[in-house]
Amino acid sequence: MVRDVAFGQYFPGKSLIHRLDPRAKILMFIAYIVIIFCTFNFAALGVTVAFTALYLILSRISPKFYFKSLKIIIFIVIFTSLLNLFYGTGDPLWQWGIFKITLNGISRAVFVSVRIICLILASSCLTFTTSPNELTDAIERLMKPLKVIHFPVHEIAMMMSLALRFVPTLLEETDKIMQAQKARGADMESGNLFKRVKALVPILIPLFVSAFRRAYDVATAMECRCYRGGAGRTRMKQIHLSKRDVVAFITLALVIGGVIVCNIFVTSVL
Amino acid sequence: MSFVSIRDVRFSYAQEGEQPVVNAVDGVSLDIEKGEFIAVIGHNGCGKSTLAKHLNAMLLPDSGSVVIDGDDTSVEENTYTIREKVGLVLQNPDNQLVASIVEEDVAFGPENLGVEPSEIRRRVDEALKAVDMYEYREHAPHKLSGGQKQRVAIAGILAIQPQCIVLDEPTAMLDPSGRQEVISTLLKLNREQKMTVVLITHYMDEAVLADRVVVMDSGKILIQGTPDEVFSQVELLKKHRLDVPQSAELAFRLTGCGLSLKSIPLTQADCVAMLEEAMR
Repeated sequence: MVRDVAFGQYFPGKSLIHRLDPRAKILMFIAYIVIIFCTFNFAALGVTVAFTALYLILSRISPKFYFKSLKIIIFIVIFTSLLNLFYGTGDPLWQWGIFKITLNGISRAVFVSVRIICLILASSCLTFTTSPNELTDAIERLMKPLKVIHFPVHEIAMMMSLALRFVPTLLEETDKIMQAQKARGADMESGNLFKRVKALVPILIPLFVSAFRRAYDVATAMECRCYRGGAGRTRMKQIHLSKRDVVAFITLALVIGGVIVCNIFVTSVL
Repeated sequence: MSFVSIRDVRFSYAQEGEQPVVNAVDGVSLDIEKGEFIAVIGHNGCGKSTLAKHLNAMLLPDSGSVVIDGDDTSVEENTYTIREKVGLVLQNPDNQLVASIVEEDVAFGPENLGVEPSEIRRRVDEALKAVDMYEYREHAPHKLSGGQKQRVAIAGILAIQPQCIVLDEPTAMLDPSGRQEVISTLLKLNREQKMTVVLITHYMDEAVLADRVVVMDSGKILIQGTPDEVFSQVELLKKHRLDVPQSAELAFRLTGCGLSLKSIPLTQADCVAMLEEAMR
């Protein structure tokens, strides 16, 4: 159950997007978030949607997984679009009590849904095509300047990569503990919210205990392999900016330009 | 001098200032030569794991000394030189893999040592090939079987290029086929690369494969010698609640019934041959 969540997974591959420098991908993703919230009309949104689509296609990952990643946020999309639907201004097309739907409300709802979906698709594209290690490595390198103010950059990157490594292991363990508790008659599916939360306690306690035990083991294993912090460490996989990354940045720049142009010159529908 | 020389080591898990109740390791002396395959057996709590952790300076003796290739483990500056020479593989394969991709995990050791990237690549490929996991190099560790994970863990140690590899019950959490994979990998490393192997185990049929068997009981070495020498002392082992290989057990009982046998067989094949001869 918990295991078939596509969001945040990594699919090894050799596509153009896979081979981009992870640092470039992270920076582009940050820029992308800013862009998507700076689109003020459908033309500008269209440009970013086209850009997103281009990247999804270039990532050569089955659309199935992208749909899967959307599945878990579909509730949020519906909820926010419903809210927006009823908050429109202008002449009501339909009204019932205080609820009214306007043309403005509909376009707002669509706009917000598209924004959220794009955001999820883009973040999926990032995690699908970048291995957790590349990601943490990139974050470590991007944050390196912070070392000057004694920010523990290496430690945080190490923590992140260990956390990512143990997510599937702990999921498996949770599953096992749940089954073990069910076998002893634990009831986790019925009762009100309060009861169900309470039913989680017998799962969380063994999970925590085992996580601590694991942590101790992992630390021992790391020491056995000569780990002594970030100083003097090298990496097997070197990352360099290449021509590909420059091209990617140029497309991003074009998209930013396009969005600005659309924002200024196309009259707003909202 | 031997590659590893352990002299009258005593160690207890008691906190500082506390009076030690029992010593986990209680006066052990042992020499290990380069290229040897040693099995250490004993039941739970006999101190074999504690002894293993002394070999790469994870634990330091309370008294006595452990000297690895001329370096004393109790000297702090030697710690990392020693860990480069003696690699330790632990019991739980899941908790030893620190990266989300097999090859990146194997690279962890050499990365810590500050090895050049191209050299790390070479070592990782070599180590993965040595344990027959090369084709899995881009897989996620959690999708591998127990035996495969443990082989990756061994590769992770091999990439450090140690001279000796110590394994603390590496097969305890594996199924029979996984155990077989790990043990044949170890035998191959020992035979082909002359790797010194110290295998801590409680499976007697694994111990039989070693050059030398060391039996531990309550923190002390009970007996040591070739598998033949050790497992022929069935009575002594039984007195200390230790198992012997099934075929040795059978031979022992047959002898008890009055059958005279030339030697104690250690493997199934030997046992069959011996019985055939006895029948004639």
